[in-house]
Amino acid sequence: MKGSVAVVGGGIAGIQAALDLADSGFKTYLIESRPSIGGVMSQLDKTFPTNDCAMCILSPKLVEIGRHPNIELLSYSDVKSISGEAGDFKVKVVKKARYVDEAKCTGCGSCTEKCPSKVLDEYNAGMSKRKSIYIPFAQAIPRVATIDAAHCLYLTKGKCGVCKKVCGPKAVDYEMKDKEIELDVGSVILATGFKPFDPSLLKQYRFDHPDVITSLQFERLLSASGPTQGHVTRQSDGKVPKRIAFIQCVGSRNPRIDRKHCSSVCCMYATKESIIAKEHDPELDITIFHIDIRAFGKNFEEFYNRAQEEYGIRYINSRPPETIVDARNNLSLRYEDFDSGELKTEAFDMVILSIGLDPSDSTRDLAQSSGIALDDFGNIATGIEKPVETSISGVYVCGAAQGPKDIPDTVAQASAAAAKAAALLSKERGTMIKEREFPDEKPLLPEPRIGVFVCHCGINIGSVVNVPDVVEYAKTLPDVAYAREMLYACSSDSQVTIKDAIEKNNLNRVVVASCTPRTHEPLFQNTCREAGLNPYLFELANIREHCSWVHMKEKEKATEKAKGIVQMAVAKSALFQPLYKQKVPLINKALVLGGGVAGMTAALDIADNGYEVTLIEKEKELGGMLKHTTELYDGKKPSDVLDVLTCRVYENNRIRVLNEARLTKVEGYLGNFKGIILSKGEEVPVDFGAAVVATGARNFEPVGLFNYGKDAHVITQAQLERMLGEGISANNTTMIQCVGARNKDREYCGRTCCIDAVKNAVRIKRANSKSSVYVLYRDMRTYGVMERLYEDARELGVIFIKYTRDPEVQYGSVVVHDSMLNEDIEIASDLVVLSTPLVAGENEVINQLFKIPLDKNGFFLEAHPKLRPVDFATDGVFLCGSAQAPKLMSEAISQASAAASRACTILSREFIETEGAVSVVDEARCIGCGTCVAVCPYNAPSLQEVTVTSEEVSYIAKKSRINPAACKGCGSCAAACPVGAITAQHFSSKEIGEAIDAFNKDIGLIEPKTGTVEAVV
Amino acid sequence: MTENVTEFEPDILAFCCNWCSYAGADLAGVSRFQYPPTVKILRVMCSSRVEPVFILRALKDGADGVLVAGCHIGDCHYIDGNKNAEVRINNTKKALAKLGLDKRLRLEWISASEGARFSEVIRDFTEEIKKLGQNPIKEVKIDE
Repeated sequence: MKGSVAVVGGGIAGIQAALDLADSGFKTYLIESRPSIGGVMSQLDKTFPTNDCAMCILSPKLVEIGRHPNIELLSYSDVKSISGEAGDFKVKVVKKARYVDEAKCTGCGSCTEKCPSKVLDEYNAGMSKRKSIYIPFAQAIPRVATIDAAHCLYLTKGKCGVCKKVCGPKAVDYEMKDKEIELDVGSVILATGFKPFDPSLLKQYRFDHPDVITSLQFERLLSASGPTQGHVTRQSDGKVPKRIAFIQCVGSRNPRIDRKHCSSVCCMYATKESIIAKEHDPELDITIFHIDIRAFGKNFEEFYNRAQEEYGIRYINSRPPETIVDARNNLSLRYEDFDSGELKTEAFDMVILSIGLDPSDSTRDLAQSSGIALDDFGNIATGIEKPVETSISGVYVCGAAQGPKDIPDTVAQASAAAAKAAALLSKERGTMIKEREFPDEKPLLPEPRIGVFVCHCGINIGSVVNVPDVVEYAKTLPDVAYAREMLYACSSDSQVTIKDAIEKNNLNRVVVASCTPRTHEPLFQNTCREAGLNPYLFELANIREHCSWVHMKEKEKATEKAKGIVQMAVAKSALFQPLYKQKVPLINKALVLGGGVAGMTAALDIADNGYEVTLIEKEKELGGMLKHTTELYDGKKPSDVLDVLTCRVYENNRIRVLNEARLTKVEGYLGNFKGIILSKGEEVPVDFGAAVVATGARNFEPVGLFNYGKDAHVITQAQLERMLGEGISANNTTMIQCVGARNKDREYCGRTCCIDAVKNAVRIKRANSKSSVYVLYRDMRTYGVMERLYEDARELGVIFIKYTRDPEVQYGSVVVHDSMLNEDIEIASDLVVLSTPLVAGENEVINQLFKIPLDKNGFFLEAHPKLRPVDFATDGVFLCGSAQAPKLMSEAISQASAAASRACTILSREFIETEGAVSVVDEARCIGCGTCVAVCPYNAPSLQEVTVTSEEVSYIAKKSRINPAACKGCGSCAAACPVGAITAQHFSSKEIGEAIDAFNKDIGLIEPKTGTVEAVV
Repeated sequence: MTENVTEFEPDILAFCCNWCSYAGADLAGVSRFQYPPTVKILRVMCSSRVEPVFILRALKDGADGVLVAGCHIGDCHYIDGNKNAEVRINNTKKALAKLGLDKRLRLEWISASEGARFSEVIRDFTEEIKKLGQNPIKEVKIDE
């Protein structure tokens, strides 16, 4: 068995899985076929429903992958095959020739600038040009160039060769060949993603017309980093469009082209793109043509409502059959308005095709080469109770490779897959990872001796900024003991040079003037550490991104500015003090709240990872809502799933179950919590390092709605579910959707109600084909592969009627207004079933205990709706299942495993390492006002009673103390403290103050330092 | 002393948060969006780190303008640090109004993807400061 995992695919799914595994002590190979990781998410402008900037939230994860000591990134590499068995797999990988040596390339971009050959840029979905030697996008990881062999003039015709000539570090290698390697790993995670549907397959939509573009192309048009810097213009004439139409379900919900699935995300991305476009240009007129609007996720319905009410986006319930192009090349759409039954034609300036998600080619190829089963849709097959397990034991799947899904569901599955792989290999945890070792730190002399290294970055800095001049200037600055220039400060030979300079000149502060600390600080910090310097004694002066690249035509002024930037960095660094990440011991045990399917899954996964778990359940028995379910969506019996789970929980000797129990008290922080559980009248103390909240939700009781409670023939979908266990006698069943949901009182969509209704309608029809079943709905939201259930239901003769006005329930019948026929229909009904949403349980107690927030509907609020779906902002506490928002069983299980994975990234540590640059309180100055406590979002400061002795008088006073384990180093408290008692270390008032003073010093007026300067260049 | 009147070039100090605005400034660089060399950036982890004292110190020492830039509301890496910054900077602006210096302080939200916006903000702020002229405190110093 091997303590290593191969993650195939470097999109957001693969990235999350790799980070979780690497953080839990496993060597991880991340294999991506493209030159950079990031996947489709890197191409998105914003993400729904919060309109967060996609790159802003993704880019830190990309950097983390690039830097993680346990992750080996194999970019531009294809997986050929997977063989072997759980614990011992062999993965064949072909490292494609990128014709650039990754170890030598510094990513400076000189080659790209000079390359004469231009090709369509796939990052901008073919709407702009890139060079044949290129870095796909600004934040690409790895940040190295790749030669497009199909277009490179040298590789195709033997001419040119300019990139090799201009490459300073000599990284270009035209002789490079593809290389096959074999990885030995214990487990494999498939995160092969999806392929955007190719709309040229549907000729009627006229994708050949320049103003008919895909939603992904439109996304690039909206992006500030896109081909038009975020200005939406027509491809045909560059004009600003006034009327834009979206056509939904292009390549989805279309059996004729064998795309039966719903792609799950298109309704929301079309809504998002419309909102952003309207924000750019409020005059824009946008229409979305759709079948159903599937706004089923957390806060999606609210987003959809805002799009209509605040932004005036028009939604038309119709699917235009074609895009009409007239003789003058103008576009129009003809459609039947299902709401009114009218046939209309409208002209548009641009038509956006909301393309669906197809299984990717690599999913298909890998399934074929390695014998992994696919489902009917071409996705990797899984069971609903095992949503991340493939047909091969030890090979797991996550993200869109398993079926269309949005980013949070993808991220949850990625963590879930990581939990499973980690559980399988838990005995090998930590065996294949390496910790970097550094020499002991040298004692710090009281006098600062600063070394300044100014980088040319090839010609990137040197062609604009007069680097030797900056070096000479640096030598005149106070405390500077050494200064020199460097061609590429980041190259590996430069690290040796810097290290030697530190040692020879006894330097104790280092300033490198080159590029951005966001990518390069860790590299130079490690160089300092190798020379025996504390990493916090280092400062980067950014004279590339913030100077030479943005003042290319003002060389003299840029040089003056570079001097100023260096001067500020030097002034600040003189005050730097060594800082240390504190190691705090932790309790390697978990607490899981809630014994439903989510809680049990989380408990089992954590136990399988090797850690003890206390699982508490408020009821007598485990099982939660699944106890009341009589059939699963795939026809399985819930008891088969439930019995297995409960049995495994009770038999697992690492799990302690407390029934009829609730948590009454919690104190502590990440890694060190102490709590009290009240179980059957007894108080049980519990210590834990991490907690998982899986407290579920409850069914909404529609008291007073549609005669519920008055008429015994009116029941809820949950009641029907139970009754169907025995079978029902009704001949005419009518279901009403959205009862108590998507209204003013409860704005959200219940997510599962449509699928539950369709499932039960199918059951009734299958039991008695002669009985009639009507489903009255607003939008059928059978998303993803659940679309098949909807199709089955229609085939079996279930009748679906869309309503816009509430139906009326009478004794023995339901009256509904059919908008297509424009008349009221009376449906004889001996059973009326109300589909109601799940509503939040009693979450307030836990919300108070852990200080974890609730959303406006009373569900728990995750740390980030996209990339941290199972985390809380409070470290060490995680979330899963319907406690976060309503969800399907398979989704709750994925989330539960994800929460377990996230918890294991903490439990697997030997100690908790705090941030180094945390804030500290000077107790003598603290007046105990509590401002810092109020301002901190992480509960790091707390007021404590301290005995103060002053002039022989002792008294008790409240003083603030900051817990370094909880502090994130934002410095907000230091700025808020009215008496200046808090120091934000590394960004202290003194350090920043010196930098401010240095900013204002006139560069010309500084007198050259006299005396001995041992500067050697 | 030079007799020929050269155009006044302001000195602007920009406090940029590490996660959004600093990254936005980086992207402006990567995208080669040119802007005047009137600004120098001081990185802070969060816009909420910026104390009113920092702004006063910069103005007192003669900075012609001070920019504080953070993540858009809702995007803050530290949950809602930028909301604290907003309150604090607006209060500082009110206090500066009494000294007639309020137009020399600006608060902007610039995301990591808004490289173009970063350069735009700098161009715009530079123009505004040019209209205002040199920081009067700087002149007082020179007179002394």
